[in-house]
Amino acid sequence: MHTDLQYPFDPQLLLRKRKSIKRELLSTPNLMDKHIAILGGSTTHDIRDMLELFLLDQGIRPVFFESEYAQYWQDAMFDNPELAALKPDVIFIHTSNRNITSWPELDDTPEEVNAMLGQTLAHFTAMWDKLRETYHCPIIQNNFEYPFYRLLGNQDAVNIHGRVNFVTRLNMKFYGYAQAHEGFFINDINYLSADYGLGKWSDPFYWHMYKYCCCMDAVPYLAFSVSNIIKSLFGKNKKAFALDLDNTLWGGVVGDDGVENLAIGPETSMGQVYTEFQQYLKAHKKLGVLLNVVSKNEHENALAGLNHPDSVLKPDDFISIKADWEPKSLNLTRMAQELSLLPESFVFVDDNPAERAIIRQQVPGVPAPEIGQVEHYIGVIDRSGFFEATNLSNDDLKRNEMYRENAKRAELQAGFADYEDYLLSLKMTAAIKPFEGIYMSRIAQLTNKSNQFNLTTRRYTQEEIEAAAADPGTVTLYGKLEDCFGDNGVVSVVIAEEKGDALDIILWLMSCRVLKRDMESAMMDELAQRALDRGFTKLIGHYYPTAKNGMVKEFYALQGFTKVEEDGQGSTRWELDLSGGYEKKQHVIQVQSES
Amino acid sequence: MNREEIFEKLTSIFRDVFDDDTIEIAEDTTAADIEDWDSLTHIMLLSAVEDGFGIRFDMKAVQGLKDVGAMADLIAGQPAR
Repeated sequence: MHTDLQYPFDPQLLLRKRKSIKRELLSTPNLMDKHIAILGGSTTHDIRDMLELFLLDQGIRPVFFESEYAQYWQDAMFDNPELAALKPDVIFIHTSNRNITSWPELDDTPEEVNAMLGQTLAHFTAMWDKLRETYHCPIIQNNFEYPFYRLLGNQDAVNIHGRVNFVTRLNMKFYGYAQAHEGFFINDINYLSADYGLGKWSDPFYWHMYKYCCCMDAVPYLAFSVSNIIKSLFGKNKKAFALDLDNTLWGGVVGDDGVENLAIGPETSMGQVYTEFQQYLKAHKKLGVLLNVVSKNEHENALAGLNHPDSVLKPDDFISIKADWEPKSLNLTRMAQELSLLPESFVFVDDNPAERAIIRQQVPGVPAPEIGQVEHYIGVIDRSGFFEATNLSNDDLKRNEMYRENAKRAELQAGFADYEDYLLSLKMTAAIKPFEGIYMSRIAQLTNKSNQFNLTTRRYTQEEIEAAAADPGTVTLYGKLEDCFGDNGVVSVVIAEEKGDALDIILWLMSCRVLKRDMESAMMDELAQRALDRGFTKLIGHYYPTAKNGMVKEFYALQGFTKVEEDGQGSTRWELDLSGGYEKKQHVIQVQSES
Repeated sequence: MNREEIFEKLTSIFRDVFDDDTIEIAEDTTAADIEDWDSLTHIMLLSAVEDGFGIRFDMKAVQGLKDVGAMADLIAGQPAR
């Protein structure tokens, strides 16, 4: 990750050095190409440049379509061949209150104001509906910032003729559309402009000189916000915190000062500010973010601190607590391995700049934000957008529980000499079925998040997943696994297409949280059965190597396939002959299936 | 800040913005002399000059800019922000 692009960044530096920063970022290996359409209601040139930098920093290389000046509506409503040719993966509609064409007048009746509101909304909803229908891809839409003047002063917020009131009502309508439509996201420039300072954000100089709806220095913040939504859509969110303890979760050093002298709790100002930070972190558990400790401490001192009666976070709130004297980079890497996560899924939070520097150097890809003083920890972490929530699934809400269940499974396993006995003791049941309605969002999410156990690393939007499910020439399967400790949810996804007498497996992935449970064999058994039922005599598999999927290089060999092709990049093609029938491979999971 | 110092600083800003370390500017340099200097990079350039010198141009002044010399005049006449 490029240090200049981490929040809090220097907007002027990014604007000025964009070309050289872009050159550096383009040399990053394994960039994923994404097609992004920017439909602007004002100038978008610098927004595009800044968005490009932030996306590159997330490993996404954007290919842009950019509307001619203020042509957002025309490009959406009347097919623009250039836009169609791009086949956008994401559409960003950059409008602002400068694009609101009719405003209430003081002598308008309430009915007239309502009609005006309806017309303004219809202008937008017609465009969104059209774009959804034409391009089947996620849409990101700015809400409206407040106007930069208030004719009615404070009453502007209350009176139906006030522009502040009008913008507020319009924004609520936008949120209503977003709540009712999947794949539609609001870029909250109302919050961004308030946070930045509305007066500076809306400096009319930039509108009248260059037709920019915000000032130049605000552009990187706007682009950063959009990039956070996009990276989240493509599975680039962070998943876990690795937290220091002393002077990060509480004031003082527990080993030196003693538990009773730590600053935490309601008694002092310093105690209160750490309490607020702990509450902020704890709230992340329900987002599915895993909390972990990496601290240089005696283990018992670490636990004693967390058991302080005023500590909001208790030892049970953490999945993993590494408190010893090993280098933090080593502990973080080990922790990632133990939890089957990639190191770059973590956010490292430490008050000590030296520790942050070591992590950045030793574990590339792990952000170690410059959090400043304790009263600013929340502000910096929150604005970094690590966990931007674009599709909160039930799995996210339950993730902490699942990881704790995994810890219990590990305990159980230790008691069994024979691995198969252990698997049988888990009393696993799986549902393996074609994609169905309630799981579409989770399935799309998995295709974007899974990197390690993923044979072809094809990413799908929810719309594409639904299209695959509806296609008669495609076999789709999801696998959901339960055991005696709990429900793991949907953990495996397979898509295969008819190709002559064969079924060609174009997507095969599994969540690493169910590694070594024979779930992959259960999926293969089901796929082979369905292939035979449809009269196919062959399965074709592919492995496309990435930086992260080395673990499945020999997956098809283990499943009894024969390698038939290998190219210079290490991509391989495999076949399994079904003409002589197929013998089921797994016997430890009870499978429930239907067509 | 004397004129020489202003030009020195302007040169470094121009080189950053146009990403070209060989750019030399003079009093009579205009957009026609620098390949990438179009209306879009002009915005970026003015913004970088404002930030570099800690000043703000007003609309009226920006409208009248005819060459780099005029830009330097404007900078020299500006009180610091």
